[in-house]
Amino acid sequence: MPDFIAELLNRNDIFTASTIMEYWGGLVTTVQLVFLSLVLGLVIAIPLAIMRTSKNPLINGPVWFYTYLFRGTPLLIQLYIIYYGLAQIEGIQQTFWWEIFRGAFYPALLAFTLNTAAYTTEIIRGAIVATPSGEIEAAKAYGMSWALRMRRIILPSAARRGVQAYSNEVIFMLHASAIASVVTLVDLTGAARNIYSRFYAPFDAFIFVALVYMALTFILVFAFRKLENYLLQHQRPVSG
Amino acid sequence: MIDLKGYGPALLDGAVVTIELAFLSLALALVLGLIGASAKLSKSRAAIGIATTYTTLIRGVPDLVMMLLFYYGGQVAVNNLSDYLYNAYGVDFFFQFDPFISGVITIGLIFGAYMAETFRGAFLAVDSGQIEAARAYGFSRWRTFHRIILPQMLRHALPGIGNNWQVLLKTTALVSIIGLTDMVRVAEEAAKAERMPFHFFIPVAFVYLSLTAGSELFIKWLNKRANVGVVQGS
Repeated sequence: MPDFIAELLNRNDIFTASTIMEYWGGLVTTVQLVFLSLVLGLVIAIPLAIMRTSKNPLINGPVWFYTYLFRGTPLLIQLYIIYYGLAQIEGIQQTFWWEIFRGAFYPALLAFTLNTAAYTTEIIRGAIVATPSGEIEAAKAYGMSWALRMRRIILPSAARRGVQAYSNEVIFMLHASAIASVVTLVDLTGAARNIYSRFYAPFDAFIFVALVYMALTFILVFAFRKLENYLLQHQRPVSG
Repeated sequence: MIDLKGYGPALLDGAVVTIELAFLSLALALVLGLIGASAKLSKSRAAIGIATTYTTLIRGVPDLVMMLLFYYGGQVAVNNLSDYLYNAYGVDFFFQFDPFISGVITIGLIFGAYMAETFRGAFLAVDSGQIEAARAYGFSRWRTFHRIILPQMLRHALPGIGNNWQVLLKTTALVSIIGLTDMVRVAEEAAKAERMPFHFFIPVAFVYLSLTAGSELFIKWLNKRANVGVVQGS
């Protein structure tokens, strides 16, 4: 941070350079956590969604059970189970996993990833199921194999139908990530809670962080609107 | 039966607190949702502006941050008010902001915003001819609302209300963070004291799961009832 800004900030009582840096650190943690869990969640969700649409109960059953479990319970409970539970697994403290999971970041990342993957699986499944049967018939008539059909026809078409619901899930995840502060992680909310307890100034600490979240939300909404426009280009009316 | 190490009754009490919290918040959310939807559909610019600001603000801010703001901020506001009243008028007034009330207010406000969107859509789905006909019969505004609009919009609003309720139910877990002794809080304390996280959190997870599963069935049944006499396409 440039010196003159720091000097200017240090005339404030609460929003000094060090507090702002604390919020900045929180922002970095929140963005990392949300971004990584969304990317990993999406990567897991695509194959799971394909499995979920299978007619074989041995394939779609377990996936259904997973999504049902994770969508039917609060994320906070999932986070607690993973955060407190991993440390209790017998022998984990002797393996290399312990190096990864002893902090709070990776357990939180795991909980968020599993949670968002469950919701995303159902979103993609809904989009796949809604593929017009004519598209699939046409692909078959062209002699496309199952894999090619999936890759060239069904998934791109599902992406267009699913993007709106997925944008809601992304915003939901951003907001849900606030609970990471409960397991000692200093994300945006964690920073706000620290600053609240240091100055006993709830309005300053929480309204500021609320504004930051709001800005992040609007950036996401804007980005998704652009993405939707791009994906649905062919459906735009020719004039007007 | 699993051994809950003597925490069983406390967990049960916690579950009751969770359910009370959920229903009270739902009631508040439904009222706020109806008011919000009416404001959004009114002709008054000010009402539309206020309602739009409300729903936009709520959708931009995480529920936990809102809850912390209301809980800690509410107490500071009450303290300031109490100081002011004492200094200015010598009135001795104090009020302890408790987590339950903060929880109901926050969750009610948040889901009120979502309900407002649901109700707005449902209002618009009622055929305007119905409202005109009611007016032609000389129905007052209120009578038109509760005899004509409400019964017909409910059918369109139910799926949305159901979804919001499912999310609301899971959001109640957050109130444990501001110190309400609901079942999540009891489980957390028990898990820490006994060093048995799976033992206490998994049963709580199943209580939530059965609540959401039960609600799902109930909502399905309500939907079926509300749609009696409606011919559904395909």
